[in-house]
Amino acid sequence: MAIAAKNLTNPLDQKAWDAVCDLPDPEVPVLTIEDLGVLRSVHVQEDGAVTVTITPTYTGCPAMSMFAFDIEAALLSAGFKKVDVKTVLNPAWTTDWLSEKAREKLKAYGIAPPNGKASRRALFGEEQVCCPKCNSANTSRISEFGSTACKALYRCNDCSEPFDYFKCI
Amino acid sequence: MMKDQALFTYCMRLADDSAIISQRLSEWCGHASHLEEDIALTNVALDHIGHARELYTYAGQIEGKGRDENALCFHRVEREFANLLLVEQPNDDFAYAIMRQFLFSAFMHPFWEAMKASKDEQLAGLAAKAEKEAAYHLRHSAEWVIRLGDGTEESHNRITDALEFLWMYTGEMFECDEVVSSLVAKGVAVDPMSIKHLWVETVNSVLTRANLERPAQSWMQTGGRGGEHSEHLGHILSPMQYLQRSFPQAQW
Repeated sequence: MAIAAKNLTNPLDQKAWDAVCDLPDPEVPVLTIEDLGVLRSVHVQEDGAVTVTITPTYTGCPAMSMFAFDIEAALLSAGFKKVDVKTVLNPAWTTDWLSEKAREKLKAYGIAPPNGKASRRALFGEEQVCCPKCNSANTSRISEFGSTACKALYRCNDCSEPFDYFKCI
Repeated sequence: MMKDQALFTYCMRLADDSAIISQRLSEWCGHASHLEEDIALTNVALDHIGHARELYTYAGQIEGKGRDENALCFHRVEREFANLLLVEQPNDDFAYAIMRQFLFSAFMHPFWEAMKASKDEQLAGLAAKAEKEAAYHLRHSAEWVIRLGDGTEESHNRITDALEFLWMYTGEMFECDEVVSSLVAKGVAVDPMSIKHLWVETVNSVLTRANLERPAQSWMQTGGRGGEHSEHLGHILSPMQYLQRSFPQAQW
């Protein structure tokens, strides 16, 4: 696993983690909140209350309230009585947290996974993005922004497939 | 007495900048030049909404009077808003919206980069996220400035008009009053003059590539930080605040 978010010291924490880790992203349903690295930590207090910490992919990500709602519902149905979902910005989410497995899942779903490391900061750099259908590197960008904050729009010049690219941040 | 009046004021200024520019960008929803651009402008708006919400929430905590993001964004009047005059300027033309975003993002990208080193953990944490988003805003708007400036005679004329009109609102970004300087001294705020050379560099290089001439140094408008706005702000707040004023308990 590529992220170091998980730090479970007791079996109850593990139980709570297991209850929420497979919740899907509403916009990219092949990825879970664990795959994405949105789920940062789960802690069950002595009185049985669960504190779950999540972090947004983008600060304005509208999926965050849905995540919080789904997490609360999942924990309540797993038998926990009180749930508190906290959102933190620090450390800042990065596509570097996406595991290899998550990248493969994205590609199989038709979304080109983020390319390389997130440190690139050129004003006019062109990213080389490969088509998730035919693997061709001969692609062109249609728009810097896509159907959600985390994606851009590309087109394959070889197989003509338009596709989403998971932006590298 | 509030624990930190200066920090509250500083956060509110940044929050208002983000809220107002996001509202201006949101006005393009369903109206932009083509579908991809419609999505792009509203995506940028969404990032700014995210920044505004974080900053209003934090400001409310500093103030300690129980005002949350909803109260601070939707239940204040024009004179209480402290945003830059630049961000409230109208969308008269697509070129105006692009130039406004470019001049603002060319400042905000190095601003958030510098803010990452703030001694205030909340601001530094937000900066680490916002800097990545601002890099996209800058790239997107800069590419459009070049496309319009280096495009047809019509597009060149329109982006030139936008540049000449908006230029007088750029000076305000570099103002440094008592609020800013006291927080700079504490290592909390970013000294805007320390990043001015980066802004100038970006603006010069993009304008050159766009075949646009940088306007001569002129008199700069001011007043936004003190709540003295152009006539446009009230017309922005009216639709923006309508829902929460009609239903005062409505949540974001």
